[in-house]
Amino acid sequence: MLGETPTGVLSTQRASPAPTRPAREAGAAPAASRPAPAAVAAPATAGLTHRRRRNRAWYRVISPLVFLAAWQFVSASGLVSQQKLPSPSTVFHTAVTLITTNSAAYGTLQSAMLVSLERVAIGFAVGGAAGLILAVIAGLSRLGENSVDPLMQMLRTLPLFGLIPVFIIWFGIGDLPKILLIALGAAIPLYLNTFSGIRNVDSKLAEAGTTLGLNRTEMIRHVILPGALPQILVGLRQSLGVAWLALVVAEQINANAGLGFMISQATQFLRNDVILVALLVYCVLGLLTDALVRLLERRALAWRRGLLEA
Amino acid sequence: MAPRTAGSLTGYLAGEAGRGGALSPPSQRIAGGSGGSSPRGGKPGGSGGSPPRANTARIRGLSRRFGDRLVLDNLDLDIAPGEFIALIGRSGSGKSTLLRALAGLDREVTGELEVNGTAAVAFQEPRLLPWRRVRDNVSLGLRTAGAAGVARSALDEVGLAARADAWPLTLSGGEAQRAALARALVREPSLLLLDEPFSALDALTRITMHRLVLRLWAHHEPAVLLVTHDVDEALALADRVLVLADGQIGYSGRIDVPRPRDRDHPDLTGLRTRLLTELGVASEGN
Repeated sequence: MLGETPTGVLSTQRASPAPTRPAREAGAAPAASRPAPAAVAAPATAGLTHRRRRNRAWYRVISPLVFLAAWQFVSASGLVSQQKLPSPSTVFHTAVTLITTNSAAYGTLQSAMLVSLERVAIGFAVGGAAGLILAVIAGLSRLGENSVDPLMQMLRTLPLFGLIPVFIIWFGIGDLPKILLIALGAAIPLYLNTFSGIRNVDSKLAEAGTTLGLNRTEMIRHVILPGALPQILVGLRQSLGVAWLALVVAEQINANAGLGFMISQATQFLRNDVILVALLVYCVLGLLTDALVRLLERRALAWRRGLLEA
Repeated sequence: MAPRTAGSLTGYLAGEAGRGGALSPPSQRIAGGSGGSSPRGGKPGGSGGSPPRANTARIRGLSRRFGDRLVLDNLDLDIAPGEFIALIGRSGSGKSTLLRALAGLDREVTGELEVNGTAAVAFQEPRLLPWRRVRDNVSLGLRTAGAAGVARSALDEVGLAARADAWPLTLSGGEAQRAALARALVREPSLLLLDEPFSALDALTRITMHRLVLRLWAHHEPAVLLVTHDVDEALALADRVLVLADGQIGYSGRIDVPRPRDRDHPDLTGLRTRLLTELGVASEGN
């Protein structure tokens, strides 16, 4: 279950009513014997959903393949010039060349990727941590809310990329303005989601915690933060998305290394194939980090699987 | 910590300093309301003006106002150790308000309120933390060594040992409520507060739960305050039935029928009629 594709996750949810029905009918039986009938019923229905899921996954591959074939045909046949729209096979060869040879103009693809990855990692770490900490401060007390939230709401309305010229004047053209832009972009969604996640924790649970004698720290650790976690993870994914976006924009200005630098070099040499390779790398990296958060989600929110099964 | 009635989360954490305190007169004394075991005054044989055999709870002149509505009006109540009390009343009569005050969840009550030892609560909804397994929910907040073992035996006692490792969301309503009872019991409370804990259960499960509560009560001997709207439930379980009306204990009736009780016992049918009169006609007949 853990190594599923995004498609698989979706279809599990949609298909879940089927395996639950036998379990619910079995609910009339004595409580202690409930898990048994559910377990008996599971294999048959699980096999069915598994087959259905695999079928659907196969259907979903068709349209991208058709698209690739059409693209290949359009540019290889000369309908559109190879320079404007390089064919998929050309893009692939360019990617291989960029990986294997260290050219003077571009360097290697992997070194460019590492530079970009480092920028986004630092920016995301700084911005994410700031967003999270500020949200906890604002979420846990009135004073915190009144002091932090107005500022964050102001920042939220600020057009992120409009700040680029200002950042260049303030911080120069090195890595600092790029990382700060990523950090600022990543902080906002994580802040907003964590704040509302904390505020939407069921106050009845907090009340129960009080009667159990939890102190403030225990309350935050056992009740508030776990309760806010589902939404914090939503914020995490949004933040990662914004971080990658900010990286792409920030990197194309005055960069001397990284994927953005590769793109601006290629623009000067009219090498659309190189640009496409760089864009594809952005896609892959974005997908990978998103998959990482999904994995984290499945681990951390295992208790919610009860919602699907019960 | 200043828990507030109208569930604001920040209230449980930071609170508005002084608000709860400012409204409470200095005479209010709440001891051990939320798991702390520091009974102030009223120790057996203590000097603080308390009777020699201390009551588990002692309430004098308790009032609670919501806006311009006086829900509890100068209410007096003593709960003897080990006594099983059922508190009934029409909805909005302040039953839950009184229970919350005893649980230490309402700091805006005025008057005198003492609880000797610890109070534990089982609410109408089980209020288990969905992200902790059943056994961790039961041991939550326990600071004693061997909390895990205590939790396990408590789950065994309520017949839920097999589900100890389950996620709360996979429990049935009855199972969840039994887990909530186990969670209350591991604290070895001197006062067990039950806020309509069976009202959301089906009739069959409710009967099982009644038996379970009586068994646990006999074994652990806490004083019990059961808030309910079900007269038959009160008659089946309690030593004493209280009717809350107009913010005060309007009626108090002892039940000496041994348990398990026959629903049609003449004492009970008589008391049932009386209680229904108190509940239904009292306000219109006055």
